[in-house]
Amino acid sequence: MLGRLFRSDAVYYFWRSPAAIVAAIVAVLIIGGAFAAPWLATSNPYDLASFSLMNGLLPPIWEGGDPRFPLGTDDQGRDMVSSILYGARLSLLIGIMAMAIATVLGVGLGLAAGYYGGRFDAIVMRIADIQLALPAILTALLIDGISRGLLPAAMQQDLRVTVLTLAIALSLWVNFARTARASVFVERNKDYVQAAMIMGQHPLRVMVRHILPNIMGPLLVIMTVDLASAILLEATLSFLGIGLPADSPSLGTLIRIGMQFLLSGEWWILWVPTIFLVALVVSINVLGDFLRDVFNPRLH
Amino acid sequence: MLSVKNLTVQFPGRHGTFTAIEDVSLTVAAGEIHGLVGESGAGKSTIGAAIIGLLQPPGFVANGDLHLENTDLRALSAYDAHQMRGARISVIFQDPQTSLNPLMTIEDQLIETVQAHEEVSAAEARDRSVALLEEIGIEDAAKRIKAYPHQFSGGMRQRVVIALALCTNPELIIADEPTTALDVAVQSQVLDLIRRLADTRGIGFLLITHDIGVIAQITDNVTVLRGGKVMETGPTDRVLKTPEHPYTQSLMSAVPRLDVKLDRFLVPDSDTPKLAAPAGKSAADAEAWLRAGEQALGEGLGMDNITVRFSGPRESLFRKPDAFTALDGVSMQVRPGSVMGLVGESGSGKSTMAKVITGLVQPASGTLTLGDDPLPLARQRGRKDPSRRLVQMVFQDPYSSLNSRHRVGEILTEPLWLYGLEADAGKRRDIAAAMLDLVGLSADAINRYPHQFSGGQRQRIAVARSLLARPRVLICDEPTSALDVSIQAQVLNLLKDLQSRFGLTILFISHNLAVVRQMSDDITVLKSGKVVEASASEAFFIAPQAVYSKELLSLTPGFGA
Repeated sequence: MLGRLFRSDAVYYFWRSPAAIVAAIVAVLIIGGAFAAPWLATSNPYDLASFSLMNGLLPPIWEGGDPRFPLGTDDQGRDMVSSILYGARLSLLIGIMAMAIATVLGVGLGLAAGYYGGRFDAIVMRIADIQLALPAILTALLIDGISRGLLPAAMQQDLRVTVLTLAIALSLWVNFARTARASVFVERNKDYVQAAMIMGQHPLRVMVRHILPNIMGPLLVIMTVDLASAILLEATLSFLGIGLPADSPSLGTLIRIGMQFLLSGEWWILWVPTIFLVALVVSINVLGDFLRDVFNPRLH
Repeated sequence: MLSVKNLTVQFPGRHGTFTAIEDVSLTVAAGEIHGLVGESGAGKSTIGAAIIGLLQPPGFVANGDLHLENTDLRALSAYDAHQMRGARISVIFQDPQTSLNPLMTIEDQLIETVQAHEEVSAAEARDRSVALLEEIGIEDAAKRIKAYPHQFSGGMRQRVVIALALCTNPELIIADEPTTALDVAVQSQVLDLIRRLADTRGIGFLLITHDIGVIAQITDNVTVLRGGKVMETGPTDRVLKTPEHPYTQSLMSAVPRLDVKLDRFLVPDSDTPKLAAPAGKSAADAEAWLRAGEQALGEGLGMDNITVRFSGPRESLFRKPDAFTALDGVSMQVRPGSVMGLVGESGSGKSTMAKVITGLVQPASGTLTLGDDPLPLARQRGRKDPSRRLVQMVFQDPYSSLNSRHRVGEILTEPLWLYGLEADAGKRRDIAAAMLDLVGLSADAINRYPHQFSGGQRQRIAVARSLLARPRVLICDEPTSALDVSIQAQVLNLLKDLQSRFGLTILFISHNLAVVRQMSDDITVLKSGKVVEASASEAFFIAPQAVYSKELLSLTPGFGA
């Protein structure tokens, strides 16, 4: 199994693509750091007792800061490194969960729409068209607003992450549905699918066992690209102040807090998380591009 | 005129250097049609690409001389080679659909080509184009030249491609499978045109094809290739009638003959001998399982007055699109345990008939019968209907009919599981392994993926899958048209064996009359969705009744006659 992986085309082209290697290193460092945050971080940004106002607004070490805080501190005295690691953790968690939900929902609807065609296909795709006409951020805002109106105040705080994840997922499923549907249209006329239909296999089995594994290539590419979109969308919502509250900061919240210090000389509070977010999103996108090239036989 | 000496072409790649062409020599004189024949992977097209200097990178000419008259083709600079292409050497590709630009009129494409090579006015180029189209047999050329490629039929389009190749007065034309995408009637017209051009204009043709019939019909000399090496070369008549090389001999005997029905094909050097299958997984076990106490498996299949309509292109937003009748009141009776050959040109409705029987297409009217019972039509046929198991299908393209993400074992055990023929997973695998032995594959195939097999082996797997449903009727839709002649002979032999051993009923669909003659007991000829003729196979081939059948038979390139 592992041997087959190492001999596969993806690995072969990977070692010949410097951009993909750099992106993979950056992505692995950031994602690994984010998941190991509780063990790597020197302080816990959620725990008010672990930092002190006395250490507030210290610059990064190369500007003469405290060696305990390599990238400086914010106005509350939180270590920037720890904040970013925990922030990235939350951003990635929401991004991955939203992407997973969007994948299941979008691929499911797309498979069924492509397989059955006709009226069901028309309805699903018109909903997708309407969704596409609205910017993703508006959809997310709408869902966020509805949840605020419906849920009691006490639950709102606890469910912030869930609502945010769902809002992002519901604004991203269209990509998956459209790609899956288009791929199914190509596959369903191939003989192996016709053979399964002639045999009288259950439609669900034909879709999941026969068609789905054959359309995974393009879907994997969309998954990486949409993971980046989900992270950005979460950052945008948090930046606008409708995402996560300031006491559980994601990268977007950190950037919003940093904005206040942009003109007062404490640039690191804004720029360090921003650069971090850009590096994460760019590296995921580069990897997505690389995967797209590998799965497109016409490009080699 | 063209001389190729000791040509060697190599493709350096990830798994080492691959020598596609090794030490090939051939010559084409003015006015000569030189055939280049071989099975897929023999390197036919690579030779053509090497001559015009358009080898796909990373391929390169490693050794040899390429001369056109006195020009050394290997020594040309990129610019000179570009000038020479089109002007002195032209190419005709296989598919006329894609070798013309769909957004330009025929006129624009011809004028563009003439002007690319010569300093002439548009009016003069236009006059010359019209004259060319008339020469290649397009009537009313001055008017039709304004048309777009899609307004021409396939054969007409290939004529236009030939006109494009001619409009610079080349010395040599490389024709890469020029008639493979065409029906027999059109094919013979295009071949006649090529012959005429060679004779009247003295153009040398290098005709690349896998079809021995085409070679026999028009070439002067022929070179037989295999694995990038020349097997045999010489005058066509001599090579085809009295082949000297063993490979050519076996190739000739594998070509289905139109003039006489043989019991079996002689197969060129058979696969490496496989190990004897272990007990419980051998062909005998598969045979016992398949029979399960019955002697003959076949059941009759009847089709009565079936009409199928598809909706055609929409003419207006406010009107229903006109219906296109694919099958028009077609009736057919397949006797139990016999092979029915179904013949017709592309678009005649052959595959639609297969889809009606398998329940993929809903007919507008008509009935089907299987044995003595009615066979429900597509929408009335439930998923659990017993006919789902009794009627099985073998598809044309073995590269798409097997799910490439499943192992052969999973593919083969699926029908056993689905139809509830065997409850125990271990026994299912044993039966699948036994069936592999029956179709002539070794038992270790069960753990591999379809892409690890050749086309012929995949087709065997597809046959094994259909047999594992314990079918009564097998529908074979062009089962060998995607395969090379020698592989085709093996697969046809397999089908013949299975049919005679188990008395299966087979509906054998093909456009190739020679193959149908070898396979079938009865024959049905379709044209534009209607049955033109239905009779016993041998009677049909000896004395066809309908005008269309006679025409079809006379146009099929005969070989060996």
